[in-house]
Amino acid sequence: MAKLINLHINGTPVTVSEGTLVVDAAKKVGIDIPVFCYHPKMEPVGMCRQCLVEIGRPMIDRASGQPVLNEDGTPKLQFGPKLETSCTTPVAEGMAVLTETAKAQAGQKEIIELLLTSHPLDCPVCDKGGECPLQNLTMEHGVSESRFTFAEKHHGEKHVPLGDLILLDRERCIQCARCIRFQDKIAGEPVLSFYQRGRNTDIVSYSDPGFDSVFSGNTSDICPVGALTTVEFRFGARAWELKQAASICSQCPVGCNVTFNVRREASTGGGYVIKRAMPRQNEQVNEIWMCDKGRFAGYQYTESASRLKLDPAELDSTLRLAAAKLAVAQAETVILAGGRLANEDFFTLKQLAAALGAKTYLYSNMGGGEQTTTYGLSAGSNLGHLGKGDTVLVVAADLYNEAPLWHLRLKAAAERGATVIVAAARATKLDEFSQFVIRYAYGDEVETVKTLADKEKIGDAIKNSKNLVIFYGSDGLGLAGTAALAETCANLFASVAVDGRTATPNNGLVGVWSTPNRQGALEMGFAPCTNLAAEIAGKTVYVVAADPAGDDPALAEALKTAKTVIAQDILETTTTRLAEFTLPAAAYTEREGTYTNAERRVQRFYPAVPAHPGTKPDFALTAALAKGCGLELEGRSPLLVMNKLALSESAFRGISYASLSEMVEQWPIIGRGDLYYGGTSYENKLGLGQVLESKLSSGLAQSQPTIHAGLRMREDELLAVPVTKLYDNGITLTPAKLLQAHIQRFNGLILNPATALKLGLENGAQATVSLNGVTYPAKVLVDASISTGVVLIPRSMGIPLLEPTAVTILAQEA
Amino acid sequence: MIVELARGLWTTFRALFFEKKVTVQYPEEKRPVSARFRGRHVLNRYENGLEKCIGCSLCAAACPADAIFVESAENSDEKRFSPGERYASTYEINMLRCIYCGFCEDACPTEAITLGDNYELSFYDRRDAIYNKDMLIVPVPQGGQLPPLVTEPGTFTRSVPAMKDPVD
Repeated sequence: MAKLINLHINGTPVTVSEGTLVVDAAKKVGIDIPVFCYHPKMEPVGMCRQCLVEIGRPMIDRASGQPVLNEDGTPKLQFGPKLETSCTTPVAEGMAVLTETAKAQAGQKEIIELLLTSHPLDCPVCDKGGECPLQNLTMEHGVSESRFTFAEKHHGEKHVPLGDLILLDRERCIQCARCIRFQDKIAGEPVLSFYQRGRNTDIVSYSDPGFDSVFSGNTSDICPVGALTTVEFRFGARAWELKQAASICSQCPVGCNVTFNVRREASTGGGYVIKRAMPRQNEQVNEIWMCDKGRFAGYQYTESASRLKLDPAELDSTLRLAAAKLAVAQAETVILAGGRLANEDFFTLKQLAAALGAKTYLYSNMGGGEQTTTYGLSAGSNLGHLGKGDTVLVVAADLYNEAPLWHLRLKAAAERGATVIVAAARATKLDEFSQFVIRYAYGDEVETVKTLADKEKIGDAIKNSKNLVIFYGSDGLGLAGTAALAETCANLFASVAVDGRTATPNNGLVGVWSTPNRQGALEMGFAPCTNLAAEIAGKTVYVVAADPAGDDPALAEALKTAKTVIAQDILETTTTRLAEFTLPAAAYTEREGTYTNAERRVQRFYPAVPAHPGTKPDFALTAALAKGCGLELEGRSPLLVMNKLALSESAFRGISYASLSEMVEQWPIIGRGDLYYGGTSYENKLGLGQVLESKLSSGLAQSQPTIHAGLRMREDELLAVPVTKLYDNGITLTPAKLLQAHIQRFNGLILNPATALKLGLENGAQATVSLNGVTYPAKVLVDASISTGVVLIPRSMGIPLLEPTAVTILAQEA
Repeated sequence: MIVELARGLWTTFRALFFEKKVTVQYPEEKRPVSARFRGRHVLNRYENGLEKCIGCSLCAAACPADAIFVESAENSDEKRFSPGERYASTYEINMLRCIYCGFCEDACPTEAITLGDNYELSFYDRRDAIYNKDMLIVPVPQGGQLPPLVTEPGTFTRSVPAMKDPVD
């Protein structure tokens, strides 16, 4: 515990830990000191001088070293002749800070006056207007008349695209460098910087393509003026017109807390539409950040033209007919559920399956569910607490592309002193911030993890760690490969874990899934199927939130041989097109529910907009089907489903909507009236979620890992491995118009230049790849950081590669 | 009784023949309204035809009756509706809600919305009470052009013009 310091701010006694900055100490007792460049998540720089205050320190008698006392016995304070910046001054014992004296106020006023000398009068058209720190502080502290002449205003360029997502208005910039510091220090992608000096200082992006970062949207949140705005929200609405709806991002397993801003629009005939997605503070999940995928593709697909819908009468008859099929099929039914479903949906499906005696499978490209539910993170875990003495191992996962916020959190953990070990077959962005990097050939994942503990330094770091978190992914692996890898990781974990510490917080195995709620399904006992095609042939198949036909031509064939296919989804997919019955589901933005993220945290999302006409939530559709089979399931409200779920699923014991909505005060305090302090990220008022209790009460049994020999290629063969890119051509991303260029950037066959040369291909060339007898055209992208003899094929880009396979690549004749 | 009748009719005949007539033959004849009269709103244009409205929604924010609805979009030099970067793509006023307080006029940073002298607002249908942009905006002045205009880059960079203190 750090030493506590006592001081007075405006006469209020404050006790804070040593090292706290004056500005933060004031914030803690509700005294707002205006700031522009200071941000509680970043190191102070003292650039804007807005936070000027008077600071007095106890006088010390030089001779005796004793404090000089006033006549009444209180220590005599000595105030500096000048004002000091409270954002760079740490607290000291006996300090007295005055923020509202005439002298301090005059200093603050003058800074605003100087900042406004060249700030344009754009507030009516500025997207930040209404939630702008500069605007608010001008109203509060600014002078009504400037002493500067209008003609002397500095005019900068407006509407400068920094990248294709963020626009810069050079006139509005006040050179606080928050965006630059965010990119340098927090995102670890230094793509912005200052250019020129003095009044000509500009923000520039020197990456190609511009502003090449997946966290770029956050800079517009922390920008204290309207200099950085997103293209997505450009002139979308005024801040005060927006209503807020709390939700959880559905694009990856991190489960970032978001707030959707909605308002009524003429385009929908006066109905509510989502105007933007903003991060919502949850210091245990996403802090106050979110990635560009969540921001610019998180909800756009729910407004896509390919939404499924049925008239109420039509929906009723479809449900009745489909239920009749299920009632006849009974145990001859196969239920296939995808990971975007909420916990309530999975539970309803599970009940239906139990009643029918049907088989249920989780539609997943990754195995190892059993291990993550057993060894997963337990209550109290927070990646933000990992630090000195803790070890994080990341195996076969490219977190930057698969779960960007974990990349951010692990980078921060590494900076706090945690040992981050990255084991991957190719270079990943996390390498730069990790202490140890292990390179293996694709296929050697299991072998590599097995020998990790025997390595000298790495083995020590793993064995002697205070806390150990292992992330495993599916980079270059299919279902069988990931299952074997998970088992090996679990064994490694069990072998080094002493005293049953897996049940303690911040210890566990985390699967880097591709969907928001695969963990929830796994906790309820859903498991992926290794031989799906054979399972579904001739059966009545109920496919929920999955597109097996679109992902794998073999499964499309198998579905055609199925007796009946009932497909339930949000958007039209290949599977819904070939299904006999199509049930239109409501998107997560239109309903209530909970997701379990891969850290096993159950989090609630709330409806942002009314349900799309002609759709129903997944659990309600399933309950309606069950009703047709003579089974009464809860289909009215997800709250009622959750109540039952908590009673019957041991993993979810003690979870209720009320407990998920519980709040505790979070630091830093953001999103209140003082937008200048933390930016425009939203304050969390609707719950931090709850982590599931660990299943391990004592002792760990070590299982014998199944032998999984990686595929080895002959000299003349090429090994194709599936990898995940942040932006892919999946159906939830294609409706995001802004991201199309980003998607296309990595859409192709990624080859080592030497391999490409051997095949007679160059960067950007068109080629064909033959896979399982089918030829697909693709663009060649060379990347020197991958090994020779392999070709990386991004998932969801049109080439259905599920497992590492040998392929042939030919140059395409023009 | 005759006396009373005559006295009463005298009042009638006096008014009929000897007093100044005050009845106005509305609607054939209309009384001029005062300079500060607050009637139906109009959206104004600049001389070249560009709309003064920049779609800032401040009128909607100021409106105590929540009668105004604005949606905005982006201008470009190839397709310009108003000076600066932003213009109102949708502008609607619900005349049934409007209380003619003139706050919108006060809030407007470009003097785009002004309350005119039209007080003849009656509707057969409540929907007709919603005035859209086409109904509110004034015609293009002589010598002006109907937007969207193609303009020289760099000429219309400012949304808010430098203005003098308002006078009536």
